[in-house]
Amino acid sequence: MEIFGIPLQAFLGQLLLGLVNGAFYALLSLGLAVIFGLLGIVNFAHGALYMLGAFAAWIMLDQFGINYWFALVLAPLTVGLLGVVIERLFLKRLYKLDPLYGLLLTFGLALIAEGIFRELYGVSGQSYNVPELLSGATNLGFMVLPNYRAWVVAVSLAVCLGTWYLIERTRLGAYLRAGTENAALVQAFGINVPLMVTLTYGAGAALAGLAGVLAAPIIQVNPLMGSNLIIVVFAVVVIGGMGSIMGSILTGLGLGIIEGLTRVFYPEASSIVVFVIMVIVLMIRPAGLFGKEA
Amino acid sequence: MKLKALVTALALGFGAGAFAQNTGPVKIGFITDMSSVYADLDGPAGGEMVKWAAQDFGGKVLNRPIEVVTADHQNKADVASSKAREWIDKDGLSMLIGGTNSGTSLAMAKVAEEKKRPFFSIGAGSARLTNEACSPYTVHYAYDTVALAKVAGTALVKAGNKNWFFLTADYAFGHSLEADASTVVKANGGSVVGAVRHPLNASDFSSFLLQAQSSKAQILGLANAGGDFTNAMKAAKEFGITKTMKVTGLLVFITDVHSLGLANAEGLQLADSWYWNQDEPSRTFAKRFFAKYKRMPSSVQAADYSAATNYLKAVQTAGTTDADKVMTVLKGMKIDDFYNKGQIRADGRMIHDMYLFQVKSSKDSITPWDYYKTVAKVPGEQAFTTPAESKCALLKK
Repeated sequence: MEIFGIPLQAFLGQLLLGLVNGAFYALLSLGLAVIFGLLGIVNFAHGALYMLGAFAAWIMLDQFGINYWFALVLAPLTVGLLGVVIERLFLKRLYKLDPLYGLLLTFGLALIAEGIFRELYGVSGQSYNVPELLSGATNLGFMVLPNYRAWVVAVSLAVCLGTWYLIERTRLGAYLRAGTENAALVQAFGINVPLMVTLTYGAGAALAGLAGVLAAPIIQVNPLMGSNLIIVVFAVVVIGGMGSIMGSILTGLGLGIIEGLTRVFYPEASSIVVFVIMVIVLMIRPAGLFGKEA
Repeated sequence: MKLKALVTALALGFGAGAFAQNTGPVKIGFITDMSSVYADLDGPAGGEMVKWAAQDFGGKVLNRPIEVVTADHQNKADVASSKAREWIDKDGLSMLIGGTNSGTSLAMAKVAEEKKRPFFSIGAGSARLTNEACSPYTVHYAYDTVALAKVAGTALVKAGNKNWFFLTADYAFGHSLEADASTVVKANGGSVVGAVRHPLNASDFSSFLLQAQSSKAQILGLANAGGDFTNAMKAAKEFGITKTMKVTGLLVFITDVHSLGLANAEGLQLADSWYWNQDEPSRTFAKRFFAKYKRMPSSVQAADYSAATNYLKAVQTAGTTDADKVMTVLKGMKIDDFYNKGQIRADGRMIHDMYLFQVKSSKDSITPWDYYKTVAKVPGEQAFTTPAESKCALLKK
């Protein structure tokens, strides 16, 4: 059996690989969506935070012998803490200004972080090995899937859905959403809104850091890894609808699959297919697929 | 009175300008990727090698100080050519060195030809520089895609790897490398089953690798470089591609091997023009480099030093920086230093020995950066495009 001239088995394999990449897009665009939805900040530092997560894991292993499993918790915490510092030091001064200022500030921070790591470690990248427990691969019949990639999809989906539940279905999430609508009123109910906002940015940063740790064993840990990815992730967020949590998750997974299939049918276009879709979506639904029309 | 002062000032101004051309500093410009994918194998350290060459030459040639200027082309051909143009037009640049990235070198070679300035292309691979796009002012100094294909490709086909599939970076360099390797494979009785093109700086290679695997070819040739090469190698290992087919890089630098680690790179055969541990003069140069950068130099960085030195020698001999006279001296002189021994052919191709290296296993690697053992030394006449194969008019005179 063939689909568009490609054997069914190969087709299924490519679908699955697209899903793996989509899991990364989902995790990264989720953090962006949370930050934009609740803080109104277009966080261009997201790619750099992702890079920092990967480097944190690598440095922990290389310098301190901290293994992957601890790094999986410690690296996102470190990046999240850095996010808290960034929010307290810089971003909190910008909420009253045009969103453009937040974009410029975070973009500048990203360039600084990249520059520092390029100076320290060069651009060739560092190797981070797949943890022992997840090395090896499983034969699914239609393809051989490395166990680690399956793990990435599982973790990413669990974290994405958990975040969605937290924000859309819990009391804490209700406070968060209310805080963005009318901070003064929520404050009047005795809720510490500035603290909540700080922690939200920290959590968004930690999500990027987590994606970085997950990516470390798959690709070379490299100061440029974030900037290569961030533009695509922004396109994902725009397609999904700025600020929509579920939108960014579903769009991330969907675009991963579409990009994966493009790699088979027309490989040369695989790096631009996401942007072509973005243009089409913006023409038909300017608020994005899942965004609310203003 | 005012008019007279103005005319005098203008005359003095012109006079000073003409004066500067002959006695001002001899300016060498170096344009490469300073901050992106190829910055480790050339980059700022490559620029420093050109400066070392100027210092070691005594800082002066023809009693004029030597000045080295550097710029980042960001892998964009238009940035490279407009910077080259600016340096030549406004700063009276004498010679231009192009670093990594074939697209930028092809663009700069055109500017250099138009403005009549010697242009040394070092880090760029595309053999078109001295073939279809050859120019009387271009010197292609270190390696090219034909040499990589002939040296590594021939050895691999002869070892029994007959059916090839290519994973190719989708720009000038990748296309050249794939085409040149295909020619070598076919000439040696092999066949090319297929190829897939990936964008530069691709984020994920698993999908391309699966396509390569389903082609049932015996060997996968990676016609890419730098981060794309290392990420493709890593994914090939992860997906078990290396169990069903041989995977080989067609352009591998020592920085890539270091980045991958010997565990991932062991056994890989590769072609290169120089290795830091090949002999005593090379080791001396490498130690000096290591003292500053805490890593070993790539062949491209060694070639940067060698090219700048030999240009300065040619200027000394010619007694002028005039491009035509310097080019005549360059093409007539023997080049013999720690980097290589050879001669620059009429088409600008520097003909020198190439090496086939094999990456050591971690137990054979004794000192830091002790990565290669030499498998074969291939004479330049066999490694590079032969006059019979060339389409360059300069060779046919």
